[in-house]
Amino acid sequence: MSIDIQMPALSPTMEEGTLTKWLVKEGDAVKSGDMLAEIETDKATMEVEAIDEGVVGKILVAEGAQNVAVGTVILQLLEDGEGVDVLSVPKVISSEAVTAPIEPAQQDEKGPRIRGDERSVLDTVAPVQSTPIEIDVPPGTAMVETSVRDALRDAMAEEMRRDERVFIMGEEVAEYQGAYKVTRELLQEFGAKRVIDTPITEHGFAGIGVGAAMGGLRPIVEFMTWNFAMQAIDHIINSAAKTLYMSGGQMRCPIVFRGPNGAASRVGAQHSHDYSSWYANVPGLKVVAPYDAADAKGLLKSAIRDPNPIVFLEHEMMYGEIMDVPDMDDYLVPIGKCLVRRVGSDVTITAHSRMVGRALEAADILAGEGISAEVIDLRTIRPLDSDTIIKSVKKTNRIVCAEEGWGQSGIGAEIAARVMEQAFDYLDAPPARVFQKDVPLPYAGNLEALSLPNAGDVVAASKGVCYV
Amino acid sequence: MTSRKNTSNLSNLYVPEPEFRPGDLPDYSNINLNKEKWPDRPDPLVDAYETEPHATGLVRALKLNGETYGQWDPKLSPDTLRQALRHMLLTRVVDKRMFAMQRQGKLSFYMKSIGEEAIAVATAMALEDTDMVFPSYRQQGILMTRGWPVVDLMNQCLSNKADKLQGKAIPICYSVRDKGFYSISGNLGTQMIQAVGWAMACAYKGTNEVASAFTGEGATAEGDFHYALNFASTYRAPVIINVVNNQWAISTFQGIAAGQSRSFASRGLGFGLASLRVDGNDFLAVYAAVKWASERARNGGGATVIEHFTYRQEGHSTSDDPSAYRAKGEAEAWPFGDPIDRLKEHLIKLGEWDQEQQDALIVELKAHVRESYKKAEAMGTLASPTEINPATMFEQVFEEMPTHLRRQRQELGI
Repeated sequence: MSIDIQMPALSPTMEEGTLTKWLVKEGDAVKSGDMLAEIETDKATMEVEAIDEGVVGKILVAEGAQNVAVGTVILQLLEDGEGVDVLSVPKVISSEAVTAPIEPAQQDEKGPRIRGDERSVLDTVAPVQSTPIEIDVPPGTAMVETSVRDALRDAMAEEMRRDERVFIMGEEVAEYQGAYKVTRELLQEFGAKRVIDTPITEHGFAGIGVGAAMGGLRPIVEFMTWNFAMQAIDHIINSAAKTLYMSGGQMRCPIVFRGPNGAASRVGAQHSHDYSSWYANVPGLKVVAPYDAADAKGLLKSAIRDPNPIVFLEHEMMYGEIMDVPDMDDYLVPIGKCLVRRVGSDVTITAHSRMVGRALEAADILAGEGISAEVIDLRTIRPLDSDTIIKSVKKTNRIVCAEEGWGQSGIGAEIAARVMEQAFDYLDAPPARVFQKDVPLPYAGNLEALSLPNAGDVVAASKGVCYV
Repeated sequence: MTSRKNTSNLSNLYVPEPEFRPGDLPDYSNINLNKEKWPDRPDPLVDAYETEPHATGLVRALKLNGETYGQWDPKLSPDTLRQALRHMLLTRVVDKRMFAMQRQGKLSFYMKSIGEEAIAVATAMALEDTDMVFPSYRQQGILMTRGWPVVDLMNQCLSNKADKLQGKAIPICYSVRDKGFYSISGNLGTQMIQAVGWAMACAYKGTNEVASAFTGEGATAEGDFHYALNFASTYRAPVIINVVNNQWAISTFQGIAAGQSRSFASRGLGFGLASLRVDGNDFLAVYAAVKWASERARNGGGATVIEHFTYRQEGHSTSDDPSAYRAKGEAEAWPFGDPIDRLKEHLIKLGEWDQEQQDALIVELKAHVRESYKKAEAMGTLASPTEINPATMFEQVFEEMPTHLRRQRQELGI
């Protein structure tokens, strides 16, 4: 039996790469450890190594082919004594065939692709239509397709150009360009004194950041993930959030703590915690959690200028998503304001961060079943824009509060309480919540998928409050 | 050292840089191994401050040519040395296989310990099997030495239906209580202070066991490391604090964590702890140092800090490409050699081994690893996932399952 050699993955989130060079040709005998080919991604280059012995049968992907999907069979290796006739894959991928651009609609449909993840069928039904109805930009402004990752980078670069007091520090932010490449090229532009690689101690560099902010600078502190900020939480809460108050307004702490929050893909319990409700509980902090690229940029710029400490919660699985960002010199999105992303009349769905995408998918499915859902992107969790939510509930009379984190004392619990307090007489059903199963996030693909809330859960909850 | 870019016009901030970066030609001719001071072996119950030469010098027993030197040679039997070589080679073969399989999409993530095998294997051989180790990321050699089946390691990394952790943990976060291997934490540094707590519990119970904790040099910057040293000193905890200085914490070089100090071992002196800096690529020296420290701990002398001076030959993990930040050829230019080659040379010098035996051993281990992998693969991989029983997801959140979890499980119909 021939052995299929596949396009390898450099990292769990890599989806495709370029086959830069073949180091063997058909008919070559190879042994374990021999280099077969060189491949390249935006992050790195690597060599594909032969694991077993054999003879190179057929090369299926041409040298120079770009966008070769992970898992594509690139070469077939014949085991001892086999002839080429055993080979079964007839299709040879030329460099042109794979470089053809993928239709944008298809990309939307896929969402962030997670290998080994088995989602509900509802997740893949309809393409997402996210037409914001409140637009913060002047009519006629051009849009630039930008990844969420680059939108964040652009926000920091613009603010660093604008204000010499702004600097970024954290683990791997400089030479490595950020663990998730969010600080790409900042070192090259701003140098090692404003893009600072720190020792590995979140407690340490969060404290340094608080001190520098009180000392008159405008630090951006990157946590490789918010999971690691657990040990820094004393500085964030007891110092950054409370010192203005305790000093009677003498000491200020303008600082942004940022990094990916919540579940990524297959990184297990200690790297997948959603901290939204933890930080949302604390007076003195502002807590921001953008969904799309435009908000990522506009909200981060506002956060850097804000005189208060900001907890800025990003989502790793959104970093690679390409979305429209207004082409403006200074695009700012106000902190503390929700965005109605879809207008509807039967049920209000609230969500933040990646869950907004799930809510929009759910709204599409519900529309197909005759239920008109209004989707509200919270954008900022503290201060929470209750007015927009209450106004919506007074219209729809029903609410589903969706989030990726756990339910108890969660964001949904807070919203439900406010709706009960402020719009009780308008409700036709008790508020419903959608959240993660009450277990630490397991690693295994099927368990992870089962544990996290998806569009199907939002659909079911929405139908529940509509009594259908 | 070349001067680095700095575009800020108001900053006098000092930021350290490694000796070499991509584009530089690594040159370690400033390290003259023949002129290095190799300190003698003191009595294990010596006053901690007497170890100052050991904390700043380098404890060695094996020269690069395979000959032994000085008082630290543990004079192990040829059989024991051959066992060590086998464990180190097995670790390397497993690492290479798992790395290759990650590249083929069979698991999401892996971390190799290439070049650091002597540290793990010598530790396991010098300690008792009942001594608990608190590992960091590159001590899988301990599991190999203590006889954990390779297939179990693979099942966990593949997260398949034979995974003993039931898909609850990410690859490489092993947890093997019956092999004295504490759960690896994804959050750096926590194991250091927990190991001291464990050691204090051993003292409290009077079991005469020793705890052995590992950190990379990068994570010594964590507060946990400093808390660990303080508590270990105050309560004379029977613990060995191992700092594996492999020069690189992902892309940050050791100087980012070390600052201006002369060694990581010397951090221990400030806390009044015995401290040794050991050639981590010298199996004999690591073995002797761990024996020395465990003897000290078991006889009431308290904790020892051991810095294992080594080099991370490859990337941090499967997600890393060191060519972006590390000079090409640095691993090859590293003057302390490869730990497996050095032990092999020693055995050959003793007349107890030859290249033919070495080759045969590699063939045997590769076959064993290949067979283990096939068994593991048959139970499922990332590329062809076999479902883990979903009901298990709700187990072990608490010792007993609370009602609301039972309800969540029932709502899923499982």
